[in-house]
Amino acid sequence: MENNSPKKPLFHIVRIDYIPTSKALLIRAGAIIAALIICAVITTVFTGDDPIEIYKTIFQGAFGSARKTWITLQNVSILLIISLALTPAFKMQFWNIGGEGQVLIGGLAAAACMICIGDSLPQVLLIPIMVVASVAAGAVWGLIPAVIKAKWNTNETLSTLMMNYIAIQLVAYYTIVWEVPKGSGKIGIINQNSSAGWLPNVGNKYLLPIIVAVLMTAFIYIYLKYTKQGYEISVVGESRNTAVYVGIKVEKVIIRTMLLSGAICGIAGLLLVAGINHTITTTIADGQGFTGVMVSWLAKFNPVAMIGTSFLIILMDRGAGEISTAFGLNQSFADILTGILLFFIIGCEFFLRYRIVFTSEKKN
Amino acid sequence: MIDLAAFIPRAIQQGIPLMYGSCGETITEKSGNLNLGIPGVMYVGGICGVIGAFFYEQSQAGADLNPFLAVIIPLTCSLLGSLFMGLLYSFLTVNLRSNQNVTGLAMTTFGIGFGNFFGGSLIKLSGADVPSIALSGTSYYFSRSLPFARSLGWFGKIFLSYGFLAYAAIIISLYTAFVFKHTRTGLHLRAVGESPATADAAGINVTKYKYLSTCLGCMIAGLGGLYYVMDYACGVWSNDAFGDRGWLAIALVIFTIWKPDLGIFSSVLFGGLYILYLYLPTGMNHMELKELYKMLPYIVTLIVLIITSMRNKRENQPPKSLGTNYFREER
Amino acid sequence: MSNTAVSFRGVSKAFGSTKANINVNLDIKRGEILSLLGENGSGKTTLMNMLAGIYYPDAGEIYFDEKPVHIASPRQAYDLGIGMVHQHFMLVDVLSVAENIVLGLEGKLNLKEAEKKIKDICDRYGFEVDLRKKIYDMSVSEKQTIEIVKVLYRGADILILDEPTAVLTPQETEKLFNVMRNMKADGKSIVIITHKLHEVKAISDRVAILRKGEFIGEMITAESDEQQMTNMMVGRQVTLNIERKAPVNVKPRIIVENLTVKDATGVCKLNNVSFTANAGEILGIAGISGCGQKELLESIAGLCKTEAGTIWYCEDGKEKVNLVGKDPEDINHLGVSLAFVPEDRLGMGLVGNMDIADNMMLRSYRSGKSRIFTDRKSPKALAESVVAELSVDTPGISTPVRRLSGGNVQKVLLGREIASHPGVLMTAYAVRGLDINSSYVIYDLLNGQKEAGTAVIYVGEDLDVLLQLSDRILVLCDGELSGIVDARSTDKNTVGLLMTKKGGAA
Repeated sequence: MENNSPKKPLFHIVRIDYIPTSKALLIRAGAIIAALIICAVITTVFTGDDPIEIYKTIFQGAFGSARKTWITLQNVSILLIISLALTPAFKMQFWNIGGEGQVLIGGLAAAACMICIGDSLPQVLLIPIMVVASVAAGAVWGLIPAVIKAKWNTNETLSTLMMNYIAIQLVAYYTIVWEVPKGSGKIGIINQNSSAGWLPNVGNKYLLPIIVAVLMTAFIYIYLKYTKQGYEISVVGESRNTAVYVGIKVEKVIIRTMLLSGAICGIAGLLLVAGINHTITTTIADGQGFTGVMVSWLAKFNPVAMIGTSFLIILMDRGAGEISTAFGLNQSFADILTGILLFFIIGCEFFLRYRIVFTSEKKN
Repeated sequence: MIDLAAFIPRAIQQGIPLMYGSCGETITEKSGNLNLGIPGVMYVGGICGVIGAFFYEQSQAGADLNPFLAVIIPLTCSLLGSLFMGLLYSFLTVNLRSNQNVTGLAMTTFGIGFGNFFGGSLIKLSGADVPSIALSGTSYYFSRSLPFARSLGWFGKIFLSYGFLAYAAIIISLYTAFVFKHTRTGLHLRAVGESPATADAAGINVTKYKYLSTCLGCMIAGLGGLYYVMDYACGVWSNDAFGDRGWLAIALVIFTIWKPDLGIFSSVLFGGLYILYLYLPTGMNHMELKELYKMLPYIVTLIVLIITSMRNKRENQPPKSLGTNYFREER
Repeated sequence: MSNTAVSFRGVSKAFGSTKANINVNLDIKRGEILSLLGENGSGKTTLMNMLAGIYYPDAGEIYFDEKPVHIASPRQAYDLGIGMVHQHFMLVDVLSVAENIVLGLEGKLNLKEAEKKIKDICDRYGFEVDLRKKIYDMSVSEKQTIEIVKVLYRGADILILDEPTAVLTPQETEKLFNVMRNMKADGKSIVIITHKLHEVKAISDRVAILRKGEFIGEMITAESDEQQMTNMMVGRQVTLNIERKAPVNVKPRIIVENLTVKDATGVCKLNNVSFTANAGEILGIAGISGCGQKELLESIAGLCKTEAGTIWYCEDGKEKVNLVGKDPEDINHLGVSLAFVPEDRLGMGLVGNMDIADNMMLRSYRSGKSRIFTDRKSPKALAESVVAELSVDTPGISTPVRRLSGGNVQKVLLGREIASHPGVLMTAYAVRGLDINSSYVIYDLLNGQKEAGTAVIYVGEDLDVLLQLSDRILVLCDGELSGIVDARSTDKNTVGLLMTKKGGAA
């Protein structure tokens, strides 16, 4: 018992109650810059090129030409729509990582309409039907985990995940049913000649998703901030007991919110299938259901800030894609860089909430 | 009719990666850390083993491999790779107190990207014309079963026809279950996961336990990735081949109510579901039905999730602090 | 070995901008019972947490046997023979008694041997413990016993008990004090944190007083009186009387008949309880915690499923309505105005991360002209008026309530609840964790509501307050009604007996 005088701890950690917005922004910017430096170093190791060149390449990958810029904006829009869709659920502390499946199933519904009734209906009737079908399919995919969560408190992270795979297999099934030509394992461009069910060009062919994304951002922002339903979502998310206490029917809110979440994902699916790709594959959502989780969380569930975070992720993704082609690397390089960037941003949150105080530091 | 003597060994082989994954995740979750990065970790565990084996095989340039080195090099590389992932997750969630869900998802993005990137690079280095790397030399040592297994008929086929990593998975699961139930370490780990504040007040080093269980859990899960390439896939790495097994492993943890010994049987069960589509009849012109049969493991998992959440027994609940980080001076 | 076991020298600790301890100097002697007296929020618990290794001081030194020590973790505290029983019990529900007690120790796990040693300790000091019982089936006093045994099992010589009597009946308290005397006779030092003066007198040798984080002074208990201690504790002369007016215009407001409530696992929480709460009166509810108080209030508020019975709500000129089977929204639609201040203020009554104005909206967000959008103006106005009228200490109405002190949080909550001019006001442990000044503000508010003709139901734990504040006291024991007594003519002992034994005094 005598030798019990361990060393004084070097530092300890103190919680910060309040941090000015400017400082918070500074910390986040610092983290992003640090991540970009690390990414540059890693890229240099693999490519042997100097970091400035690499960032030039990244920038060119995203904005190198008018077409590239448009594609970047279009990708940002899709990711943003998916992230916006997930946000109400996250605000309710419902970990919906089933965006992937909800997007896919929405896309599948659109594809089904295009293939099955595309030839028999005029465009003005077909497109509204497709919108309704996609929205409904996405909503149903959101509804199932919501109902079992509300009724039996089933872990939603895993149930939404399983719904993803069920959706993927459904798409795989219909890919074979509808494959053109038989045996190719692909659907190919749907209605290539008639363009039936293709969403109309607004201005140019990239603009429609961008417009939808802008409208959706405004809608979600207002919905969460100024409506009664939005208020209920925040109360349920912050404290379920409080919600029950003031008479909010938590089950109803969970189900309603997930219907909305799924429905918007369905719209993203519609845009992907009928607006951009004009076909459907199992990988059409491209992991954005997961990326959307991070976009939304990094923006602290603020729809306006999500424009920035989704932009950042897409920039990295497209930039890294450009690097991979330019230097003959694998496309997955983008995931590694995105991962590093995410780790830095996730880690920097600590410095927004806590302060490290060194023991030698004198308190006044 | 399904040929059981052929089906069971395949189900077991499918089940082994799940067994590693769910055992590792159970150890991690017992400390209150919900590591959704396991799918990524399993990729990293696999590819690191592949990288090790690849360079060892290259260095031997066609000569015979030393059996000991052929096993130990990939094994060490795999363990180190997953250890790195475990340390990363622990540092972010324990020291920096980041959201566990988000950290886990980011790790999965990173891990799968890591696996596919290096997989792709090696494929290019090896100059093969197929998009995969074949490490048959190394795989030979990993998948070697007992020499007399073949002479024992169906018994040998069902019980003795696997490489050493399969038996290691069962031993690790049983030993983990023993540690949970009968040792002080297990008791302390359970306390940390149930109530870190209580464990802390009792003088248990919460940080140490969280780090240890997360890193150990990741290393065990990573072995699942290694087993998959070296034994199951006969040393052939192709990108994305490992698929969604990591997620199934996480779901299995709930299914087995945090008991690794139960995990042995449920992993095999799920392994069976995973390949059942190969054995179900589709008729000649309906190959697409196979895609529907592939849904089985996910639908079963979903139903199991619902059933486990419906029965509300106190002893079968997840560790109480699961998903939350602990900070002693939080007020 | 010197007579002084532990000394604090110049110890300070801050949490963010709140200074919990400022330059504290304090000695703990061997073989004594020391009372650490102070109001809620005076830094008693923080100070002892630093001795127990939970917190680490920002400045200053702790000496053990006159040598400076750095206690960076609870384990190091145990190694020094220091053990603390926290107010919130540190037990793992799903582990057994023996597993909980040996938690954190080293060596091979041998539960049989541990159980034997636990039995020895219990026999030595006179504890009663059932080793087979599950922690989650235990009453608070049983859990507390386990906590003390746990500390003794580790061979602690210095025991810190943080408000151990807050959850006990007078009879259980007496039992605890006997055990404490046994331990003292065995040479142990005990620090008891409390704000109840009569307990200080009853048990301790010495008393040390903290106020607003500062050490004010110490004295030998036998040589001081309660008024002296109060003055040191509060810092000025205070009168400790609650002004209780005779109820006027009393008539039934809530009539509960044969109410039975079971929890999710089928355990009976309330059994056949009947009573009337009158308008213009404060009905106190006493009982050991977890005896059905929560279920009683929540049934009336429509938050809790009832098994049998009726709850009538009566108002002048209106037909009486049965509240059973209705949720808070239905009750609201009936035009019944119920106000409820729950025990868990930030976890149930308010949303900690929302600001004061948004918290005001909790009750009113459904109203307003638009069906879709929330009306943000009136909650803001209400927030302004609550802050002004109850003098809530806050930087502004857009401050998250989590950042307010306990007393101010309670003012915000109570202010919102009484803003609707309720017919019934129910409060659960309304002054728990509040300092004396805030407590009296709350008592005044409750009395004001009583005079305004509200039926006030006050669930409390401090019997002195219950006796001074209430008009009648309803006593619950294990989910059953064990008696309703007139608060003016009864005494603490009678209520205490009713709390432990059904109909004990009758």
